Amino acid sequence: MTDDSLRRRIFMTLAAPVGAVLLSVVFSAIVLLIAGANPFAAYADMFEHAAKLETQVSMINRATPLYISGVAAAIGFRMNLFNIGVEGQYLLAAIFAAFVGGAVALPGVFHIGLILLVAMFVGGMWAGVAGLLYTQRGINEVISTIMLNGVALGLVAALVKEWQAKGDIAIVKVGTEPIADSGIIPNLTFIPELFGDIRNDLTGVLVIAIVVGISYHVLINRTVFGYDLRASGANPFAARAGGIPPKRMVMTAMLMSGAVGGLVGMAEIMDKGRYNPNFVGYLGFNGIAVTLLGRNHPAGIALGALLWAFLEASSNILQVTNTAPKEIADIMKGVILLSTVIGYEVVRRIRVREEAARTAARLAEVA
Amino acid sequence: MALAIELTGITKRFPGVIANDDINLAVEAGEIHAICGENGAGKSTLMKILYGMQPADEGVMKVNGEIVDFTSPSEAIDAGIGMVHQHFMLAGQLSVLENVILGAEPTKSANRIDRAVATKHLAEVGEAYGLTIDPDDLVETLEVGERQRVEIIKVLYRGAKILILDEPTAVLVPQEVDELFRNMRELKADGATILFIDHKLEEVLEIADTITVLRQGKTVATVKPTDVTTADLAELMVGSELPTPATSASTVTDEVALEIRDLTVLDDNGRPSVDNVSLRVHRGEVVGVAGVEGNGQNEMIEAVMGTEPIHAGTIILHNSDITRLSVRARREAGIGYVPQDRHHEGLLLEAPLWENAALGYQTKAPFSRGIWFDSAGTRERTEKIREEFDVRTPDIDVSAHALSGGNQQKLIIGREMASEPELLVAAHPTRGIDVGAQAAVWENIRKARRAGMATLLISADLEELIGLSDTIVVMYKGRLVAVLDPNEIDARALGSYMTGANLALDTTAGDAS
Repeated sequence: MTDDSLRRRIFMTLAAPVGAVLLSVVFSAIVLLIAGANPFAAYADMFEHAAKLETQVSMINRATPLYISGVAAAIGFRMNLFNIGVEGQYLLAAIFAAFVGGAVALPGVFHIGLILLVAMFVGGMWAGVAGLLYTQRGINEVISTIMLNGVALGLVAALVKEWQAKGDIAIVKVGTEPIADSGIIPNLTFIPELFGDIRNDLTGVLVIAIVVGISYHVLINRTVFGYDLRASGANPFAARAGGIPPKRMVMTAMLMSGAVGGLVGMAEIMDKGRYNPNFVGYLGFNGIAVTLLGRNHPAGIALGALLWAFLEASSNILQVTNTAPKEIADIMKGVILLSTVIGYEVVRRIRVREEAARTAARLAEVA
Repeated sequence: MALAIELTGITKRFPGVIANDDINLAVEAGEIHAICGENGAGKSTLMKILYGMQPADEGVMKVNGEIVDFTSPSEAIDAGIGMVHQHFMLAGQLSVLENVILGAEPTKSANRIDRAVATKHLAEVGEAYGLTIDPDDLVETLEVGERQRVEIIKVLYRGAKILILDEPTAVLVPQEVDELFRNMRELKADGATILFIDHKLEEVLEIADTITVLRQGKTVATVKPTDVTTADLAELMVGSELPTPATSASTVTDEVALEIRDLTVLDDNGRPSVDNVSLRVHRGEVVGVAGVEGNGQNEMIEAVMGTEPIHAGTIILHNSDITRLSVRARREAGIGYVPQDRHHEGLLLEAPLWENAALGYQTKAPFSRGIWFDSAGTRERTEKIREEFDVRTPDIDVSAHALSGGNQQKLIIGREMASEPELLVAAHPTRGIDVGAQAAVWENIRKARRAGMATLLISADLEELIGLSDTIVVMYKGRLVAVLDPNEIDARALGSYMTGANLALDTTAGDAS
């Protein structure tokens, strides 16, 4: 590939998301003007806030579970399998992992390892239910995973209630038994401290997110399984004729997606040391948004997660400074998401046409 | 008589392929006009243009003498054209009446549906065209033939005078076909013009007043049913002026590569699409399967590949039973596959060529080592395929969709041949590609045959079958009805076997070996 076409490819890849962000800035400014707020002051507040080290640390803390959630969704998306159920998978996984983690005491590595394994196992099994329904009964995975979300939420509520009734959970500290220190992943606060004094901690789960991201990249791009996954997504009929077993692919992808999804709640568990009833929600759904922004690419998802974390942080600061309604961050999220998805499709079509023209032109030269 | 539809010079191009190439068609008002052609001949594209679903690139379209330029089906409906799709678009939970008026509901005050008016109008339409059906029946309780009648009534209700029927008999059993034809004749008697697509030749001869044959996007002939036989039509459809692959010295050995024993495959309705077929292919032999589209050939090769479930029978590759093996295990055992539709089953269109070159072989060297995909090895092999099989492309990073049809096909052939399969299963390997690419594909198959490869070949191109095959078997209604020597038969005679005409002569045939 020549330098020129490489540059062009990079430009085409970035055109949609960058354009979408700019569009959302303009659109939100208009909304702010109509609402009687000063968009420049609002944007200034947002950036000023984001420039602070503490905000940056909390952005990474927010982005970490979002990233893991994004990768979980991306594993399915790569083969056009839509696991909308990360939400339920991570909540269920979190409560079981916290329960097991609080019930045992093991040396550090094993304790942490056990908690992570339980989370991945539960997440995987829950997604596996949707996988079974799909492969055995042909039930669309979008429907089943959405409904399993509801079931998971109910199950979690029932479990909390059950444990409370049995007295397994002290009423005063509503939640699972606290996990001993040996089971808590140490924070990484020493890294931001190199840059200055801060009052908040950097989550140690960041390491897990990075491992997940690298594993995802290797799996998709370097293994035969990854090839099978991509081929199934690109053309399921050709994949089948090429010897890729469709049902087994669906099942494996679901299990993997759910297992990674099970890790989404780990940042919160490690931060709080237990599962409590007001456990953080919507990470599953936001993960889907982040994956769409990042187009299933391991680095793209990371950028998407950081952007989402930035907008969430901005929403908080706008509430404090009162320069603009905090909902403006949600409006920006929506505009970015919609216009990026549309933008990607437009770019894809342009690319298809250009490539056909380029190939035809090259062949005409040769002939 | 006045012309209901007149098409002049209609051309439609898609990237890398011309779907309709200077099509001319004249349909007289009040006639039943059949459009015949193999799959991929351009029939569907033409109907979509006529019904406003996609615009033509070139050409003039006239309806009842006036030039039209439809941009959507609603404009076609306004001009009095109605289409009955092959796959019905009905809501099972609604009644016949509700389905008919759906989207064209007569209303009274407060936007309520005026059932009285609708029922009356429906009765009028039914009477005018001799179509009877109970308007209160739920559609889900109806038989297939009745549902089709609902679809026809639906377009008549909207005032259509010109009906397009897209392969209306494909879903019907013989008695229902008779009923449909009776209805069509009545519609015609009441002044409707019918344009219908079909490739079952006997049916076409039975019902049509005029027949237009399409081949490779062109109109090749317009004939009257009284002037032609099914064999003539078959010849028109598949053509015979194409270059003939020259036969060469036999390389057939005694060693059986593939044996199919008593194979039966059932379709969705539980009827046999392949009916107790037995067949042997030896090393170095090409066995050609002739048959009019839809007589079980595709199901048979899909059963061999493992993509179609088998009801009964055994498939043996080099003395080992592969009946229960997965598609992957069969491919690893040495079966190469050229699927009938390269876009549907052969390629990952949006993926680069080098990824396409690995498809089906990704578990073996040079494409992988253990669980690891080997990009370098894959790219190297792709470059080799590109060179040896003359795939014309600027580089191997372009997506498969950027290549012309012929080059896509050469890539597939190269992919399958480069792995030196024991058995090649090839369906229509040269369909829709240019003459040069066609010759290259033939040469590749012949070369591999000399090296001992066994080939099971399906083709609608009879010259190709005769030229390449060492043995030809004919499939008709799911059964092997004849085993022929390609040196002793021509396309015309083969065509009549395919339509079942020579069946009486050869009822004993059933095992080719």
